[in-house]
Amino acid sequence: MKSVRLLVGTTKGVFFLRAPAARTAWQVEGPHLAGRAIYSLAHDGRAGRQRVWAGAASMHWGAVLVPTDDWGRTWDEPPEANVKFPADSGLALKQIWQIEPGPDDEPDTLYCGVDPAALFRTSDGGKTWEVVRGLLDHPHRERWQPGGGGLCLHTIVRDPGKADRMWVAISSGGVYRTTDGGRTWSARNAGIRAEFMPEKYPDFGQCVHKVVHHPTRPGRLFAQNHWGLYRSDDAGDSWQDIARGVPSDFGFAMTMHPHEPDTVYIIPIQSDMVRVAPEEKLRVYRTRNGGGSWEALTRGLPQRRAYDIVLRDAMTTDSLDPAGVYFGTRNGRLYASNDSGGSWRVAIDGLPSITCVRAVVVDDRKPARRTGARRSARR
Amino acid sequence: MTRVVFLIPTPLRPFADGRSRIEVDVAKDPPALADALEALWDAAPGVRDRVLTEQGEVRPHVNVFVGAESCRWTGGQATPIADGAEIAIFPAISGGL
Repeated sequence: MKSVRLLVGTTKGVFFLRAPAARTAWQVEGPHLAGRAIYSLAHDGRAGRQRVWAGAASMHWGAVLVPTDDWGRTWDEPPEANVKFPADSGLALKQIWQIEPGPDDEPDTLYCGVDPAALFRTSDGGKTWEVVRGLLDHPHRERWQPGGGGLCLHTIVRDPGKADRMWVAISSGGVYRTTDGGRTWSARNAGIRAEFMPEKYPDFGQCVHKVVHHPTRPGRLFAQNHWGLYRSDDAGDSWQDIARGVPSDFGFAMTMHPHEPDTVYIIPIQSDMVRVAPEEKLRVYRTRNGGGSWEALTRGLPQRRAYDIVLRDAMTTDSLDPAGVYFGTRNGRLYASNDSGGSWRVAIDGLPSITCVRAVVVDDRKPARRTGARRSARR
Repeated sequence: MTRVVFLIPTPLRPFADGRSRIEVDVAKDPPALADALEALWDAAPGVRDRVLTEQGEVRPHVNVFVGAESCRWTGGQATPIADGAEIAIFPAISGGL
């Protein structure tokens, strides 16, 4: 029997939602890690695990990565901070924005992206994390500029077919690609307009908000920028504007359909100066032809006096067919669709401000295996 | 040898074996706050990363008081420490958005 779990990060902790595969009624429990801002969550199902990682930030005590193997019943709070910049960098961690499990054949490899913009890697299941030097020491670093959320590396896109190829997205620095496992990184922003700079098409400095791709077509990327919707068909070497038929090309959230490599979802926002739903209508836009055209998905969503917006990691899909699509708003409302976006229901209302959402399909008959890869005592 | 007492706030007690007070002896003479903190990290290593950044700075929303005065106004971690001093760690009221 399959069920769907939603991992919901908020500014006040983690919530888990659970529903049978029909995905019509949701049970919620939480908050876990109460009071901490959770800007990143990831599920790691490799090697028989059912591990959830949370990037948990306390305004007072700093940010750490905290795993749970039992859906939040217990969390392994690290005795010492587990993601730390080296002393010679002069940098101090502010926030953990993204957690990305590595390749299936390297089940102890994970990545995380942080503020100030940097990429960390573990190859021992999260016991130790090391900064990726090639990006930390990049000559562009001194000219990257923080956005409203800080100077964050918020997106990590791996190529499932080429272990050495990866893209990261930095606000605001733009898209960077490595093809040698992280040793070197090149800016990949040709064709992306930087509306907020005198030079409109610089090599780097663009404020990219999200990048996605489909694992079956890893060289084709979609990007939601701070102004601008783009597609690249050449692994980021060049980008084409695909913002036709959307009410605004400003936004944060973007997610890929799990089975259709031409289908992408976005949630436009009315300009960076206003930041509410355009025309006071909360609409998801979907393209089914790789950005050739977009359609508004509104059934079940408020179409008057809607001011909610959705942050960059607060929309996701599950892997069922038809796909579930989920998004959480800054006002704490979580919407769920069990028909690929055709209709929407409120799964839960009244949560703290939602920062990230992840979906996991779980076979409830199969017990999770504890891998014991961590070092910390249970707290 | 200088003996000081640290007062540990509730959120950090899980990293201090549940203790609210930790007495430490500081060998350096004369001692500064940094020396006392080093002794505290020896006694409760997990507290360190919650109070200091990885660059060794007191976190922006944490206050360390030596007696009644925040170390921010008395020389930071170079603040002199007297025998019997009470050093209190507090979450600042600025946090918690």
